[in-house]
Amino acid sequence: MCLGIPGRIVRIDDAAKKLATVDVSGVRRQINIACVVDEAHPVESCIGDWVLVHVGFAMSRIDEHEAAQTLKILTELGEAQAEIEAMRQSSVH
Amino acid sequence: MKFADEFRDRDKARALVREIETLADQIEITRTRPLNIMEVCGGHTHSIFRYGLEGMLPPSIELVHGPGCPVCVLPMGRVDDCVAIAERPGVIFTTFGDAMRVPGSKKSLMQAKADGADVRMVYSPMDALALARNNPDREVVFFGLGFETTMPSTALTVLQAEADGIENFSVFCNHITIVPTIKAILDSPDLHLDGFLGPGHVSMVIGTAPYEFIADFYKRPMVVAGFEPLDVLQSIWMILKQISEGRAEIENQYKRIVPEAGNDPALAAVARVYELREFFEWRGLGSIDHSGVKVRDEYARFDAERKFAIPNVKIADPKSCQCGEVLKGVLKPWQCKVFGTLCTPETPLGALMVSPEGACAAYYQYGGVKPQRDETMAAAT
Repeated sequence: MCLGIPGRIVRIDDAAKKLATVDVSGVRRQINIACVVDEAHPVESCIGDWVLVHVGFAMSRIDEHEAAQTLKILTELGEAQAEIEAMRQSSVH
Repeated sequence: MKFADEFRDRDKARALVREIETLADQIEITRTRPLNIMEVCGGHTHSIFRYGLEGMLPPSIELVHGPGCPVCVLPMGRVDDCVAIAERPGVIFTTFGDAMRVPGSKKSLMQAKADGADVRMVYSPMDALALARNNPDREVVFFGLGFETTMPSTALTVLQAEADGIENFSVFCNHITIVPTIKAILDSPDLHLDGFLGPGHVSMVIGTAPYEFIADFYKRPMVVAGFEPLDVLQSIWMILKQISEGRAEIENQYKRIVPEAGNDPALAAVARVYELREFFEWRGLGSIDHSGVKVRDEYARFDAERKFAIPNVKIADPKSCQCGEVLKGVLKPWQCKVFGTLCTPETPLGALMVSPEGACAAYYQYGGVKPQRDETMAAAT
């Protein structure tokens, strides 16, 4: 949960609530992007951005190269698989 | 080493290790004892073990594995409180998967679930809020856990619950703060640390300014580090460089993720929802002043601690456990009496065995014996 996982913002779901859909290695889920939105980066401009996602919250904007490197090390640590599995299995009903 | 063949940028790593050796040789202290460098963050611990970095370093550098695994420092009494809340009728207790197996004095959340409590693993506090929305007749409690990295996520979720008028959601707040903990470690008479690898993702939230006291008052260097093997080695080199030049500063090796000023929206959400507790209890380390946060009065209705009566009983760690000594770096994991025998990742007695970010589980998984350096280097070629 502390290392997070890189994902790419593919859609804005709710601009007022700063909710967006992110693609993490082919798995899509909704995340909160409040911590990466500021005057220089309004909500609508975030589509296509790579972000580091911690427990469903984008905490940092990263570049594509950094995203790939981070995903590689997380896979080697076994953390990427655990994180994606946690996303898939998360209980909301 | 088992994993060294997967190691990227081997030439760069070897070159860095050579420079680290050269610097270490120039530092006076290493003639009488090894330099003790603490990695504060459990993510670093995991990476160090995974890539066999300890074995690559000269014997004059000792890595001390710090308390930065939030699951590992959770005291038994708080796990008992979780179980007590989870076992209340009508409650859906939600938690990150990491916390399911942390032992309480009688049972873990996993065992409570097996006994019939409605305990659910969620990926995000947002999912717990969705559960509350979808189950208006139930009380949904989220187990808020972690350092500053995850603190903004629960704060923002509370703010969202308020905005949406969701009243059947609350957080059982066990968030902890890194700075008072580092201070407690520096004040501990058992330990002599020469420098720190600073936590990467905590710093992404809080920035680097809160660490200045480490350099100013304790005259110790800290380098905020990334998690890749080369990040860790480069950061160790930067610490040694400071020591060799008689400097003590807070440096940032992980600039690509960590802004010096931290993350404003995250800090603002945390400040709105949480305030410091007078003290918080840590497994193995005891009570540390101002080391935890609680929900502010304005958000009391989202505070599980106020919504439900919790036992709040202080439970001593099992006598056989030496988690405290290991957490402070006084003992190596394998020196604990129950390491690998009574205490294993499958049946953890102490919390350091539960998470791969805990020093004991990392030693257990990747092998704790410092490999011969030659062997490591040979494998890395």
